[in-house]
Parts: sequence; structure tokens; C-alpha cells
Amino acid sequence: MVKAAVEARRKGDALLPEEPALLELHHVTVAYSGYPALHDVTLQVPHGARVAVVGPNGAGKSTLLKALLGLLPLQAGQIFIHGQPLGAHHDCVAYVPQREEVDWRFPVTVADVVMMGRYGHLGWLRRPSMRDRAIVARSLEQLGIADLAERPIGELSGGQQRRTFLARALAQQPHILLMDEPFTGVDATTLETILRLLDQLRDEQVTVLLSTHDLNLAASYFDQVILLNGRLIHYGPPQEVLTPEAIMETFGGQVFWLEAPDSAPRMATASHCCPPEPSVPPRRK
Amino acid sequence: MMPLDWLIAPLSYGFMQRGLLASVLVGVLCAVVGCYIVLRSMAFLGDALAHGILPGVAIAYLLQVNLTIGALAAGIAVALGIAFLSRQGTIKEDTAIGILFAASLSLGVLLISTIRTYAVDLTHILFGNVLGVSPGDLWLIGGLACVVLTTIGLLYKEFLVISFDPVHAAALRLPTGLLRNLMLILLALTIVVSLQIVGVGLVAAMLVTPGATAYLVTRRLSTMMLVAAGLGAFSGVIGLYLSFYFNVASGAAVVLTATGLFVLVFLLVPRKGVLWSRRRHRL
Repeated sequence: MVKAAVEARRKGDALLPEEPALLELHHVTVAYSGYPALHDVTLQVPHGARVAVVGPNGAGKSTLLKALLGLLPLQAGQIFIHGQPLGAHHDCVAYVPQREEVDWRFPVTVADVVMMGRYGHLGWLRRPSMRDRAIVARSLEQLGIADLAERPIGELSGGQQRRTFLARALAQQPHILLMDEPFTGVDATTLETILRLLDQLRDEQVTVLLSTHDLNLAASYFDQVILLNGRLIHYGPPQEVLTPEAIMETFGGQVFWLEAPDSAPRMATASHCCPPEPSVPPRRK
Repeated sequence: MMPLDWLIAPLSYGFMQRGLLASVLVGVLCAVVGCYIVLRSMAFLGDALAHGILPGVAIAYLLQVNLTIGALAAGIAVALGIAFLSRQGTIKEDTAIGILFAASLSLGVLLISTIRTYAVDLTHILFGNVLGVSPGDLWLIGGLACVVLTTIGLLYKEFLVISFDPVHAAALRLPTGLLRNLMLILLALTIVVSLQIVGVGLVAAMLVTPGATAYLVTRRLSTMMLVAAGLGAFSGVIGLYLSFYFNVASGAAVVLTATGLFVLVFLLVPRKGVLWSRRRHRL
């Protein structure tokens, strides 16, 4: 049925009776130098959904996001965005990198970084227009870093650096936003900003996929949860997916339950405190 | 002697006029391209490319064709060779560079050793001969410098984004591989142009030093490039005057001037400078 739907949309048919899936993965397998990091993943993310990708370190969360960016060759399977194969689109996918992936000593200002979000809309040989500048200014405003626009990124605090890259993603006006571990090591203000941004993106019908270790955030703020550990363990709404059994299967005993006196049990994963999985492929030699 | 005479006297020689103009052009070109080298930690690559050019020069010399054409062909071949070897992912880029670098240098020395005037020619190739710049050379340097600088100007934002954040570049669907190879070719062109001024052995210094100095005092790539260009041109002029008055090797004098500027800035610059941070620690 999925295949038929994809076929139909590729032929340019009008909307299908069922809700159109914006992002489809069919038996996707990704491998690094022969070793499969992600095995046979099939799922569909509907338009405008907010999806948490949850799994232990090395589960293939970053791999999944990078595959969706078209950065990694697929060993098997296919990825469709709007029913079109990956690569047929210009820049409708935005990516917010992990902190470790960015060269913070590079001489760029906050405004420069956010303007990079507009580069895809600009095209070759073109300089930013008034409109691009206005969009950059608004993105900076929305993340509360307008006063930092001319500061070099290396001089910012960790939370401000994170917000700079969120502003860039916003300026890109994507259909799909991918974020790698946006909640790791952020202060309360930045966490609140990210959650507010997620609400705003939902209003704008932007599909969001983000990887996280935080099961409680995944349970309370997301429409769908992807439980991943090399392969797809479970995919669906958090109340269906985040069962103790499924979590045990995903994290393999690295999870424990915290009993709070006046609330439901809270979950925590032991891999929470481990260093983040190495980003592949390496940014620089 | 009046200070003005001191400045003007060397200009009465045609070779000095051409030498100065060539030094300024090469100083600016190397400095601007060098900013990418500094920011992407590719200093080793720059050095390797410079040495990789040697066999091309030697073959051109033996075949009695224009040395620059030989250097150009060899430079582009080595640049793409490094890109190819490391792209496969089987060996790391710095290993690929190390292998090609040593092999090309050996091949170059081997070929040059068959030439009778071996020592003199090798010295010129290794360390440059700015005072031997002919009007034809000057046109070639000027033309290639224009090509490289115009390309960098036109592709400024694309080169910025692939240097700073290759993943974002890929998300924007920029042809990252193509842009990276183009950058390598621009680097090869720059090195070829610089050959006559500072030679194979010293071109890496001209690429890295002004950029590194500018990095200490700027906070944006565009200003870093402008400051580096100024420093490169200034080093070229001062180095050549030093070479004229003290009768020392010109390429080395240019490089040492650039190094002197770097040391000065490294010690004195606010915020990032060594002396500054000492003082701040004490306060």
C-alpha cells in the first residue's frame, strides 16, 4: 500500500485519502566500512509530526539523522521526502549539529552563522537581500540572541551557541528539522527556548526529528517516539511505545526507574552521562 | 641617505620593480588562500602540494617547455591525487598526503639530479628567485592571481560554509566534493604562482603565516582575509628591501618578515596575545 501511495504521488496525483506521509523510510540500511550501524528501518513520519529518536549510545541515532540529510550512502532501502527520493530536493531539510561537531574557533559572528541558513535560498553568486536580512533578524529575535548578532561564536556561552544554530535552522525555513541531541547539557533557559521553538514549528507545520537520551522529555513533548538500537525496536505514540519492556529491550538494562513521591515514576537512562557517540563521518581530519 | 632615497633607489632597477610587484601579488594571493589553510588545518597539505610540484618542474625543464606549465600540471595532479586517495576512506588524508609528498619530492630531486647545473637550478626552485622575474612571468602571475581571487570572491559564501560546517553544506545540497576539489585546485594555482618568489620550500610559510597573524586580530573571515592580504603584501615589500640592502636571499627575507609580524602580534594582541593574558592573570 505504501509503495502504491509513493507511486501515485510520484505520478503527481492529488492528495490521497489517508494522511500523506511526509517522510518515508523503506528497509533502510546504513553501514560504515562494512559494519551496519542501522539495519532495515522502515517507518513513515506524517507531515508536521514531532518525533523523538531514542536509544543508547551507538544505537544509530546520529546515523539515522545523517542518512536523512543524504550524507551517508544507503546500503539498502530508500528514503522519500514528499514522495520524492532523497536528493531530489533543494534545502527543505535543516540540521542542528551536536556541540562537538562545530569548530567554535572559526572566525564567524552569530549573524554570519544564521545567514548560512539562507544560503540554500540564495543560490550561486547571489548576495543576501533585504528579505534574507529581515529573516535572519527575526530568527535572532525569536531565540533571544539579537543583541549577540555581531559577537564571534567562540565568545558565547554554551546555551547561546546552541541557540545560534537553532536560529540558523529557523532562518532556513525547512520542512523537516533534524536535531542531534539538542537537550544534552543545556541550561534551563535554553531548554525552555527549544521547547517553545518546537511549539512554534508545529504551528508552521514543520516536521521535527530529534535524538535524545531523555525519556521523560520524549514521553511528554513528542507525538511519536522511535526506539532505536541498531534496528527499529518500536515506533509510535509515546504512551504505546515507552513501555518498560520496550525500554528494556532498547537500552538493555541501562535504564532505571526513579520513584518520585507525588508523581508518576520517572525514567532515566544510565547512558545519560556517557560521552556522546563519535560523530561520523568526522568533520575534519 | 634620506629615508625617501632609501625607498626610491632600488626602484631605478627594472628587476626590482618587477620583483616588488610580483612579491605584492604573491603576498596577497598566498595570504587570502592561506586563510582557508589556517582555518581548516591544512598546513601540511599546502606544504605537500608545493613539494609535489617539483617533478613537474623538473620534467618541464628537461623537455625545455615553460616551467610554470609543468608546475601547474603537477600541482593539479597531486591535488586531485590526494583528494582521490583520502576520499576512498581506506587511508587517512594525512597519510595519503605524506606518501604523495615524499614520493613527488624524491622524484623531483631524482630528475633534477640528471641536469648538469643541478645545484643552482634546484636552489632557485626550492627557494625562489624573485629578482629574476621577467615581464612575461609578471603577466602570468597577475593573470592567475586575478583568476584565483575572483573565484574566491564569487564563491565566498560557498567556501565559507564548506569550511565552517560541511554537514550544513550537504544539507543545503551544495556539491561539497566539487567545491573541495576546486579549493584544492585554487591552492595548487597559488603555489605555482608563488614558486618563483618564495620557492617550493617556503611557499607553505607564505600561505600560513599571514593568515595565522590575521586570525589573531579578526573575528570574521572577510576581515581576516583583508588583514592577511595586507600583511602578505607588506611582508613582500619589506622582505625585498631587506634582501636588496643586506644582500640576502629574497624568499627567505620575505618569509622571515611575515614571521616577525606574526611574533609581534602573537605577543602583543589584546585578548588572544601572550603578554596580554599574562598581564590579565596578574591583575
